[in-house]
Amino acid sequence: RELSSESNIYIYCLNILVFVTLQQRDPMLKRDCFEDILEERRNSSDLKYALRCYAPVLYKGVTPCKANMLKNIVLQSDQLHYVINQVSQESGEAPDIIQEEASVILEEMAHRLQISTVRCFAFALSKAFKTLFQHVCVNEEGIQRLQQAIQEHPVVLLPSHRSYMDFLLMSYILYTYDLALPVIAAGMDFMGMKFVGEMLRMSGAFFIRRSFGGDKLYWAVFSEYVKTMLRNGFAPIEFFLEGTRSRTCKSLTPKLGLLNIVIEPFFKGEVFDVNLVPVSISYERILEESLYARELLGVPKPKESTSGLLKARRILSEDYGSIHVYFGQPVSVRSLAQGKVNRSTYNLFPRHIPRKPMEETQSFVNDTAYRIVRLQEDNMVLKPWVLMASLLLQNLEGLELSVLTEQTVWLRGLALSYAAFLDWPDQAPTAKVVSSSLALHRGLACVSGDRVSLVVGEPLGPVTPEEALFNRAVSVLSCASYRNQVLHVFLRPAMLAVAMLHLSDEVYNCFSFLWDMFSNDFILCPGDTVQDFEEACYLLVKTGAVQMPQQDIVMTDIGQPTLSFFNGLLEPFLQGYQVVCRYLCEEASEGLTEKQYIPAVRSFAVKLILAGNLRCYEVLSSDMQKNALAALLRMDAVRKVKVADQVTLIVNKMAVNSIDDILGKNRMISHINQTPISPSLSLVAVAEDLYRDGLTPSYIR
Amino acid sequence: LAYCATGCQEIMKWNGWGYSDSKFLFNKKGQAEFTGKRYRLSGMTLPSLQDWFENTFGASVKHKSPPVLNASVVPPPRLNEAFVENLKATGIPFSNEAEDRVFRAHGHCLHEIFALREGKKFERVPDMVVWPNCHNDVVKIVELACKHNVCLIPYGGGTSVTSALECPPEETRCIVSLDTSQMNRILWLDENNLVAHVEAGIIGQDLERLLNESGYCTGHEPDSMEFSSLGGWVATRASGMKKNVYGNIEDLVIHIKAVTPRGVIEKSCQGPRTSTGPDIHHFILGSEGTLGVVTEVTMKIRPIPEYQKYGSVVFPKFEAGVACLREVAKQRCAPASIRLMDNKQFHFGHALKPQVSSIFTHFVEGLKKFYITKLKGFDPHQLVVATLLFEGDRERVLQHEKQVYDIAATFGGLAAGEDNGQRGYLLTFVIAYLRDLGMDYCVVAESFETSVPWDRVLDLCQNVKERIIRECKERGVQFQPLTSCRVTQTYDSGACIYFYFAFNYRGLADPVHTYEQVEHAAREEILANGGSLSHHHGVGKLRKEWMKDSISNVGVGMLKSVKEYVDPENIFGNRNLL
Repeated sequence: RELSSESNIYIYCLNILVFVTLQQRDPMLKRDCFEDILEERRNSSDLKYALRCYAPVLYKGVTPCKANMLKNIVLQSDQLHYVINQVSQESGEAPDIIQEEASVILEEMAHRLQISTVRCFAFALSKAFKTLFQHVCVNEEGIQRLQQAIQEHPVVLLPSHRSYMDFLLMSYILYTYDLALPVIAAGMDFMGMKFVGEMLRMSGAFFIRRSFGGDKLYWAVFSEYVKTMLRNGFAPIEFFLEGTRSRTCKSLTPKLGLLNIVIEPFFKGEVFDVNLVPVSISYERILEESLYARELLGVPKPKESTSGLLKARRILSEDYGSIHVYFGQPVSVRSLAQGKVNRSTYNLFPRHIPRKPMEETQSFVNDTAYRIVRLQEDNMVLKPWVLMASLLLQNLEGLELSVLTEQTVWLRGLALSYAAFLDWPDQAPTAKVVSSSLALHRGLACVSGDRVSLVVGEPLGPVTPEEALFNRAVSVLSCASYRNQVLHVFLRPAMLAVAMLHLSDEVYNCFSFLWDMFSNDFILCPGDTVQDFEEACYLLVKTGAVQMPQQDIVMTDIGQPTLSFFNGLLEPFLQGYQVVCRYLCEEASEGLTEKQYIPAVRSFAVKLILAGNLRCYEVLSSDMQKNALAALLRMDAVRKVKVADQVTLIVNKMAVNSIDDILGKNRMISHINQTPISPSLSLVAVAEDLYRDGLTPSYIR
Repeated sequence: LAYCATGCQEIMKWNGWGYSDSKFLFNKKGQAEFTGKRYRLSGMTLPSLQDWFENTFGASVKHKSPPVLNASVVPPPRLNEAFVENLKATGIPFSNEAEDRVFRAHGHCLHEIFALREGKKFERVPDMVVWPNCHNDVVKIVELACKHNVCLIPYGGGTSVTSALECPPEETRCIVSLDTSQMNRILWLDENNLVAHVEAGIIGQDLERLLNESGYCTGHEPDSMEFSSLGGWVATRASGMKKNVYGNIEDLVIHIKAVTPRGVIEKSCQGPRTSTGPDIHHFILGSEGTLGVVTEVTMKIRPIPEYQKYGSVVFPKFEAGVACLREVAKQRCAPASIRLMDNKQFHFGHALKPQVSSIFTHFVEGLKKFYITKLKGFDPHQLVVATLLFEGDRERVLQHEKQVYDIAATFGGLAAGEDNGQRGYLLTFVIAYLRDLGMDYCVVAESFETSVPWDRVLDLCQNVKERIIRECKERGVQFQPLTSCRVTQTYDSGACIYFYFAFNYRGLADPVHTYEQVEHAAREEILANGGSLSHHHGVGKLRKEWMKDSISNVGVGMLKSVKEYVDPENIFGNRNLL
């Protein structure tokens, strides 16, 4: 195909742009060093540490606010009064009664931060951490930035959420560095744990119900409570953007409710700025590892109870490696919103009357949420085991130790060139690194002779085929939770690799399809398809896996291993989605309800596996099943209809079939990935699309 | 206040504010003094001003930046010969002397004064100046201007701070500055209806003085009243310090006569209120010289109040002060003037205290300070002061005073004496002279204003100040800027906020440009925080870019179509507003 020189220049510019944006995004260039905070704990008295002088500096030097005073401010606010009167008019109840209700809600919600409790925790956690972990590493520069930010602006701490430990750990670190202790939004389920719930409350947690959709009063109390703390800068607010612990170690699609609440005071001019601080907490071994796998396989999560926690004492005897906590660069909401949200649109409405955020604001908050989660991902520390798990999952039958070692080294190089934040022990010989990783994760992988393979839980007594399958699935899903940690590094080039290996005329179209399909499974910022595509191209070119002569994308001679690794990386997802599609087309009955969906897909997959027609265990994960359904719903291949109390799924078999087809083609291709690729994407076409859609200046920039 | 004779030009500074004989300077002993005899501060030394100045700005009296003395180079006039011939025939005086033209080529924006001091060339100045003596003269001039396609720019007191007097550089026609200063008579006074009919060129202080001779006043006292004109007030929707008693300019005018290219616009009666469609006065009020010249105004007058009393209240914090003013507004018991100065302005005001002569006064002052800061626990770096001015008959004033002080007490306010109050108002009259002093020592300064609903007052003040500080830092200003504000007017539903902003520009290549960028950012911040584009300064050319957002496209279209009808040839071509 002939190309005009103009387009060439355009492509060239694109590449430069991509390069520049990556340079900006690339955190590798200026990541901070870590310091192990346990080291000092091992050398000095924990008691002294728990009792030492603690005098953090607050926002603009405000004096901390007593919990009771805070409640009064909230209960007397115009915002709350307005809603109380509204609810009273609607329900016919007297305002006093509603006010009393509000007060009860607040009582149930509010934190009662007490320094004495924090000191207790500081003491107990020091002991526990020293037993459980080798190191707890924190980037001190991040702490310094945070300290600065706290004094200048209201700060919102947004840690990643992989474990129950997260928020105790956060408070522990802030206490260690003499920083203001955060107040933390926690799910109500903790409150069930009688004693512990109150302890958490006294260490700064406040409790919110998991769902309160229609409850105006609850929402008003809750949002005013959070905003009051934020506006006055009484304490940094901490919550988990992902909403819940990720059972798969992939970042979850961010929830926007609380983020909306903490950003609104900026839009309303009540504060000059709000600083969002992404915090990445990486565990070398997650305490809840196999618990999560079981949960994903449909064994319900045990209700949080104190006795349950005590039983968990067993875990105290194991080695959980290290924790890395990286405090990211504070993100100024003001700078982010510059040119995106016109604050004066808030001028014509009284500020104390609750109002649904405008479209402009909603999309800003959504973008911001994704951006923060990506920042969390960027600074997640990856251990060698994560790379090994990725390789083992592509070789379920096992690998020669030497092969595993060799491939791990290869993968390490690839990961580093993609700016992964890899914590690879300096100086240690590779074999040592591999063997110590295997030792730490001996519950997941075993070495017998020269072969490394996944461990399957030793069954007691005879087992049914289903039980054996279940045990194997636990291993696979546990292992997958490590592979998942590296996915954000490889995701974009991997989708491009899959798209290339798919004999389609339009690599971009295929990429865009996958992008859309997987946008519940991975953090893909809405509207960033083109940017992600370019990033993928850039990365694959950078590592020499593909070339982009003129308008094409061509696999190079040395590119095969990379592309086929990437293809294998996404294989379980492709297969999983396909199984869901098959189920919906072939098995699903007319009146399939939403509730029945997960168990039904699971038993469908179990049947396939037992019959030897499927080897992918990850399909059994309810997370993947949910994400696949969400994708199909988004693509209008499935609709939800509410009949009486039941939500029924209406399947558009034609649409599901064609999605299955596209995925299926992918998969078949992947089996014959030796075939030379016929690259035929015309970047010009993409460029033309861009022009047609009125390429936005933000993109050009 | 001093009497300003007609034709002020001779006794006014050409490159700074006010009278030539009045200025601040640091004398040989390093003490500040204010020269001349016209003001209460004149001839006094101000011992604490230097310290305040140096501490606030990081400036030093050693770093001088005196004005360059040679007058700016003036481009030669582009005269329209036919117009000049015809004008000569009418006998209306005119001039094309460089000095006269430059004097009317600017208002008092920072960039304008800075350019004058630095001897920078104005790109475009009026080509000639005419001095009509009465309404009919104006009619003749406008007719001739239309006939010969000459651009007219009305000129009153020249106190604009919105670049409204700047000549559009792209204007190729002959620009004639129409100076109304000779139209300065009170034509008649009607004591039955309490109105006066006045020519629009009259300067505020002259109007007040002449009315006072008959026992009356208008009560309209904008801070610029020494130099600004009645016509200018109408054209910019001016606001006076005592509007709580007398109203703003739009409440004061009963009848306006203006000359437009389409002819003379006026009403047929002087009914106190009419329902005759949209009020045509409101096309003229705030038209900023884009539609025509205001020539005569009938205005409400009041008997001079029997008794006047200043007062002041200190509050521990700005928040408490604002809450108090809000309550006063709610109870509709605002005195003639009530203003709340923030802590910075309070200290600024204190820096202007003249030397105390007796040890006793010194002692009393010390005692007061001790009482407020030590016994009452006010933090000197937090406390703010409200200044008050009561007017009326004596008994009512005293009663009113008590009511206001009682409200203040509920917000933790302490009465702080008449002297503090009066000094607060003094500051507003000498502030522009102080800017000239600052400019002698590398400090640039400006003020700007807005109006905002009550519930946003605090947030707006805080955010705008913070924005200024941030922008200064980002733009390389090496010293902490001064940002100060006061709540200067109260209304039922909101308040007018007045900001002072100044910084030491040492080390900056283009201080005026930096200043303008910061001011621009500050205005954006104001708008984002629910403030208006302007409360009383107007739009001019400085804030044109925000008009569409402020009044909607349809609004702009309405104004445009009025302009289109009234002045299709753009004779009044100062290009303000739209």
